[in-house]
Amino acid sequence: MSTKLEQAVHALKEQIDAPVASFLSSCVHCGMCAQACLFHTETGDPKYTPILKVEPLRRVWQQEYTFWGRMKKMFGLAKPITDEFLAEWEELVYDSCTMCGRCSMVCPVGNDITYMIRKTREGMAVSGHVPDGLVGATTRAVTIGSPMGVKFVALEAQIRHVEKDYGYKVPVDVEGADYLCMLSSMEIMNFPEYIGAIAKIFDHADVSWTLSSKAFEATNSGIQIGVSDIAAELVQRIVSEAERLKVKCVISPECGHAYTAIRWEGPNLAGKKFGFKVRHILEVLDELRQEGRLKTEGMKDNRLTYHDPCQIGRRGGVLEQPRNLINMVASDFVEMPDAGKMNWCCGAGGGVSTNERADEIRLKSFQRKKEQLEAVQAETLVSACSNCRIHIEDGLEAYHMDIPVISLTETLAEHLVDKE
Amino acid sequence: MTELEFLSWVRGPGFQIATVIFVFGIIVRLLEIFLLGRKANLAEANGSEMSGGMRAIFSRMAPESDTMKRSMFTIVAGYIFHIGLFIVIFLFAPHILFFSDVIGFSWGALPTPVVDMTSVITMITLAAVLLHRIKDPVMKYLTKTQDYLVWLVTFLPLLTGYLAFHRVGLPAPSLLALHILSVELLMVLFPFTKLMHAFTFVLSRWYNGAISGYKGVRS
Ligand code: SF4
Ligand code: SF4
Repeated sequence: MSTKLEQAVHALKEQIDAPVASFLSSCVHCGMCAQACLFHTETGDPKYTPILKVEPLRRVWQQEYTFWGRMKKMFGLAKPITDEFLAEWEELVYDSCTMCGRCSMVCPVGNDITYMIRKTREGMAVSGHVPDGLVGATTRAVTIGSPMGVKFVALEAQIRHVEKDYGYKVPVDVEGADYLCMLSSMEIMNFPEYIGAIAKIFDHADVSWTLSSKAFEATNSGIQIGVSDIAAELVQRIVSEAERLKVKCVISPECGHAYTAIRWEGPNLAGKKFGFKVRHILEVLDELRQEGRLKTEGMKDNRLTYHDPCQIGRRGGVLEQPRNLINMVASDFVEMPDAGKMNWCCGAGGGVSTNERADEIRLKSFQRKKEQLEAVQAETLVSACSNCRIHIEDGLEAYHMDIPVISLTETLAEHLVDKE
Repeated sequence: MTELEFLSWVRGPGFQIATVIFVFGIIVRLLEIFLLGRKANLAEANGSEMSGGMRAIFSRMAPESDTMKRSMFTIVAGYIFHIGLFIVIFLFAPHILFFSDVIGFSWGALPTPVVDMTSVITMITLAAVLLHRIKDPVMKYLTKTQDYLVWLVTFLPLLTGYLAFHRVGLPAPSLLALHILSVELLMVLFPFTKLMHAFTFVLSRWYNGAISGYKGVRS
């Protein structure tokens, strides 16, 4: 066994805990998880059955942590974990899984398969069998500070534009602000309107906030690729800035995986409880709404529906807030079938969008979203994740559908009444 | 070995061996899981692990509507044969007699013809489940030898029990002995196969519900 392979097996072994062991002991091979996964439902290919994606983790568990498996290994009867085997699994673990968590909701014995896929990636990354696109993004995140290679100067330029266009100040590095607002590179480069929207809303509601010049990127490629050390380093940058600026709360932007990264994995990666809160922008906005600090006027009257980004809804717990907010500004809000915690993934999360090799299957799996949209004949799609948004726009174009995709935060900003 | 000697072996030493493997095997398997432990979650909670976990143990019995549509056969057949097995194992008068000998108390049985019919329905359902496993592309792809083995050792006690009850083919003591032997086979294989899910599903559902519940999601 080569050292790299040994290390990969070791890394997988390290990932196994009581939940994993109970999940793997419980699987009855019923195949129901396949029916929950868009990569299977839209391709019909059984190899995309979710539980099969964790096969590397399962083999290690069986051979290392079960009596029977250890016996088999001793007598040379266990299926070996080889480099070729891991190479073959690369596509299943990365290209055809967005870690959307839908499979984990339907397994009759209760397996959280997504939890295990996340762990399987830790071993895959060590083995070196990872998509180039993700390696590039991760390298840029570590060296430059953004998976898309966006430097602060680029953000600064966008800030100047936004300040000019919107007429609101965008505070940077303000010590003692209540909120530290994080962004995703995708917002900075593709949707700077988000920054304008935040500036407008926070001015409207008198919220004290700031951006940081040292840590503005909220996404975490370390998690997507499955290298906890890198993920921890990226989280630590945000923690240090939040502590330096003495903020009370860090706001995760309109990005699903960024929320999971900083809200749910963050403290566990950093190895300590945070001294500040972490909230998604939708949570912050809904709090402002409850406090009566958001005054809106006018309603969108075309048929509008909401796409729940997986990491914000099903894996994040932010399900009611977007609905409360939409109802403030839309009079014909309709829910797609399976909306909410059972919503279908757009098909691009979990590193799939950074992995060009997965483009074909990403667009193929978009059929699921297409059908959901058609079922309610949506005229506008609102969401809260710029990654979902870019991919959905891409998918709609590929399927010749003409539905504008808008950001919830931006929509809300548009409907705010002017301050006296 | 005569027919009666065979019967007394499966009833005596045979059963003892199977019970020891069954009980110790299950304890070892559960320890293998629990001893691994899990790390404390340092993220600020948005809900309760305990209530999320407890809820999931029960809520997974009722699949949500899209799953119901997509996996109708698996769900309905699964329900039938699990309930069927429960009735046949625990609500058949001679079985209750046997259990009460071991654990010291008994409970009411269902009328024998009902149990008899249930066993036939269960066998037919299991046959359909097997066919589905062979035919359905996903099931076929997922299936390993163990799945067939587990199917067989679940089916055999039903079949031998049915034959013994109706005295088909062989003299009664032999039929009974075969029935008991098939149950022992099931017991021996239980801890080493996916049959363990009969116990571990509670843990899995709890963990799943707890992980989600912590984040304020009902899974
Ligand atoms: S997490 Fe989502 S994409 Fe991944 S296997 Fe499960 S259902 Fe499929
Ligand atoms: S749904 Fe659960 S039990 Fe069924 S095959 Fe998938 S992981 Fe296994």
